[in-house]
Amino acid sequence: MNEILTAVIPVVIIGAICAVVLAVASKIMAVKENEKIPEIRECLPGANCGACGFAGCDGYAKALAENEVTATNLCVPGGDSVSRKLSEILGVEFEDVVEQVAVVHCSGDCTYTQDKVEYDGIESCAAAKLIFGSKGECPYGCMGLGDCAKVCPNDAICINNGIAHIDSRRCVGCGLCVKACPNHLISLMADVERVVVTCSNTDKGGITRKACKNGCIGCKKCEKVCSTGAIKVQDNLAVIDYSKCPECEDFGICASECTTGCIRISNFTNATKIIDN
Amino acid sequence: MTKFIIIMLSAVFINNYVLSRFLGICPFLGVSKKLNQATGMSLAVIFVMLIATAVTWPIQTYLLDPNNLGYLQTIVFILVIASLVQLVEIVLKKYIPSLHKSLGVYLPLITTNCAVLGVTILNIDEGYTFAESMVNSLGSGLGFFLAMVMFSGVRSKLEGADIPKAFQGLPITLVAASITSLSFLGFSGVVENLFA
Repeated sequence: MNEILTAVIPVVIIGAICAVVLAVASKIMAVKENEKIPEIRECLPGANCGACGFAGCDGYAKALAENEVTATNLCVPGGDSVSRKLSEILGVEFEDVVEQVAVVHCSGDCTYTQDKVEYDGIESCAAAKLIFGSKGECPYGCMGLGDCAKVCPNDAICINNGIAHIDSRRCVGCGLCVKACPNHLISLMADVERVVVTCSNTDKGGITRKACKNGCIGCKKCEKVCSTGAIKVQDNLAVIDYSKCPECEDFGICASECTTGCIRISNFTNATKIIDN
Repeated sequence: MTKFIIIMLSAVFINNYVLSRFLGICPFLGVSKKLNQATGMSLAVIFVMLIATAVTWPIQTYLLDPNNLGYLQTIVFILVIASLVQLVEIVLKKYIPSLHKSLGVYLPLITTNCAVLGVTILNIDEGYTFAESMVNSLGSGLGFFLAMVMFSGVRSKLEGADIPKAFQGLPITLVAASITSLSFLGFSGVVENLFA
């Protein structure tokens, strides 16, 4: 019994001394952390997508708590509800969030265009672009190797029939795919926009037509039917100025009149979001 | 003086903690991917080894040995080193935030690193005096630093190499580690004959 005690007691004493020293030290030398950070972090959706421009949700929460000029409407996935909560916590005025959705400006799937080479290299659009310019007939189009799908934090992108499709209900508008696409085919749009040009080919009409049956040939028909002058053909490609779209009286005429069908009515207006954590 | 140099050199090269004694393999494989991480980790290890030795040597010599409690060595050392590192972290956070930030996550990570515990126990086993123990700790830390920096170089080369699929990742890292370790075998016997 005595041997056990002579062993236990010194260890207990040493442990107790260490504990007391640590307890005292942590009290005396406590570094104040901003109390709002965990509260703000709780409100954020936790997708860690980086759409706000900070390193993940933790980074945004820290910036909000410590820097008063940080805007509360930067969280695109969270939308209005998160922005409202953040404004309440920080006591600033609520700012509306424009939800954004990524859109692929290419509709040249396997039905409308073909591969010009049999690509058997690394499964990456960036790699394929380095070697052949593009593996498909159209040098501007989607190669369907899924660089965008790999970076998507919310599994919103799938490759179907040779091109990328974005599920607008899952898209949180973080813009990672915009940066990932080597052909710059993906852009972020406010999800109130209703029509999309699904082509990025700036070649002359004939060349485009040979490469892809669905490409914009620059026929200017949309320009003529557009009542507000929102559509202009630049570099053989229709470009929509969305600021003029709200005045449109004949909604969807550009899409229905498009000779190749590359102007399409979008399906993402105020889509209900699905977010996985 | 010669003895100090011998202890130092043999700790760095011959009895290198990672490559010859195979202690502290976890951080060696875990954080050797990038040079700056490896450097940060090694500096933290050197630092902790020194303060751990400075505290555990007196405990062993003046507390445990006189009371015939030498068998409590391991558990007391772990206890003391863990609380010591915690204390150092609190102090650094308060007074030197920049150093705290650069050592970052590595400081708590090496609290119970076997290389740190190993150096303190081996100091006692070798019968070193306090000064010799400190030199040995510094040498061991520098040896760890050398191994980490060397191996992070090897790994950055591996990243660009065309490795068969079956070997990619950890397998080739272990193979590279063993070859690096083999190369240190060449140092054995060098230091003893330096001053002969």
